[in-house]
Amino acid sequence: MRSKPKLLWIDAVSCNGCSHSFFNIDLSFLDDFELLYHPLLPSGDFKIQSSDILIVEGAIKSNFLRLGFDLNELISKLFFKAKTVIALGTCAVYGGIFGEGLVFNKTSKGKFFKCKDKVINIPGCPAHPEWLFYVLNMLKENKKIVLDELNRPVEIFSYTSHMGCTRNEYFEWKVDAKRFGEKEGCLFYYFGCQGPFTHSSCNKILWNEVNSKPRAGTPCFGCTEPLFPKENLFQTETFMGIPANIPLGVSKRAYLTLSGIAKSLTNERLTKRLIKCENEDKQKDN
Amino acid sequence: MREKKKLEIMHTALKLFAKKGFFNTTIADIAKEMGMSVGNMYNYFPSKESLAKELLLYTARIFGDEIKKINEMDISTKEKIKKIVELYFKKAKEEPELVDYFMRVYLSNKEIFSNGCEGMLCVSPFVTEIMIFFEEGVRKKELKNQDFFAAFGLFMGYIGGLAFLNRENILGKSLDEYIEPVSENIYNALKA
Repeated sequence: MRSKPKLLWIDAVSCNGCSHSFFNIDLSFLDDFELLYHPLLPSGDFKIQSSDILIVEGAIKSNFLRLGFDLNELISKLFFKAKTVIALGTCAVYGGIFGEGLVFNKTSKGKFFKCKDKVINIPGCPAHPEWLFYVLNMLKENKKIVLDELNRPVEIFSYTSHMGCTRNEYFEWKVDAKRFGEKEGCLFYYFGCQGPFTHSSCNKILWNEVNSKPRAGTPCFGCTEPLFPKENLFQTETFMGIPANIPLGVSKRAYLTLSGIAKSLTNERLTKRLIKCENEDKQKDN
Repeated sequence: MREKKKLEIMHTALKLFAKKGFFNTTIADIAKEMGMSVGNMYNYFPSKESLAKELLLYTARIFGDEIKKINEMDISTKEKIKKIVELYFKKAKEEPELVDYFMRVYLSNKEIFSNGCEGMLCVSPFVTEIMIFFEEGVRKKELKNQDFFAAFGLFMGYIGGLAFLNRENILGKSLDEYIEPVSENIYNALKA
């Protein structure tokens, strides 16, 4: 029998959100791993040791104490004793809210950039549990994980969170949502949705297999992107009424032409509410 | 060859529309002026409405292409405003029928364009470039961030109005002399 991969999970400067996100899947699959250390799960005492997979959750930062070590020194020691390193969550990947990422510091190079070949980046605030599940399974099975230029698995991050959004028909016809929480209308034009330019498969695989932010009526906050979090997450940044950020892969000229045409060819069906709330008229009267 | 002929027909139509008015001009009039048979005219344009629509697309494309060139210049937004005003006034002088057509036919008779030219459809190349001009001006912090149509109306309404007054021979001076003050006023009204 092949020995189980040794897994060491370290929390750097973190809210432990990615751990809690991960706990939403059936953790019995961890039985296939030898869990050397996890800050929240039952595991052995921490010590500096070699591992097959090192997961770093959270950002790195100077003069920050963790497990009796200076954090950067601790990560450095574990990093070079690991075969593969997973940077888990936007803080570990880009720095996020708390500090610097391993390979990247926002959009510039991070401390471990030179050793990026052994790092797999899984951004997200938090990272989707299925994403880590996929990466760990692939590593366990010794299968090749194809990564993009930012060291993210292409199977997950080639998509945008716009793909699979149930509001896409509204986006196509440029029909805006009127209020938060409504199931109808697109959240891109006014309510800050970053789905069309955010790399993630949220709307393809969903959260807890049932929902996503835009489906539920909240904009995508772009939490997998290097500059997350931006300001005014519930408001679309516009320049003279034109979205400051446009869908990936098209020129501004092409996007404006297409959206102008869509707006001109009014979709009568979608401009009215598809499902009228029973008490809506009464509520308006009041 | 066919496109060249179509262009000739469009220019002839523009002149006749300006002279006789859109409704008083028939396909037969245009054919006569072109020295073509009415039947042959219909090979190019199946109806006066289709000719009207193509003229609009043509006009929008001419302006769109020219403003695109201005958008791509490495100059300040203030200088771009002047270039756009210059362009518009130049066209108003050289091809007054074009401006006439846009203001007297398109803007005043939207019902002719209700099938296939709804909203911004047929003026899209022009409006898209104006959008890019405004968007980049705000992005560079040279223009105030405001509602698109509030800015669009101020810019286009203003220069369109002057071109109209010029065509009515009401302006005391040549249109060229208005380029500088009009550009200055537009910039002052829109600047950050």
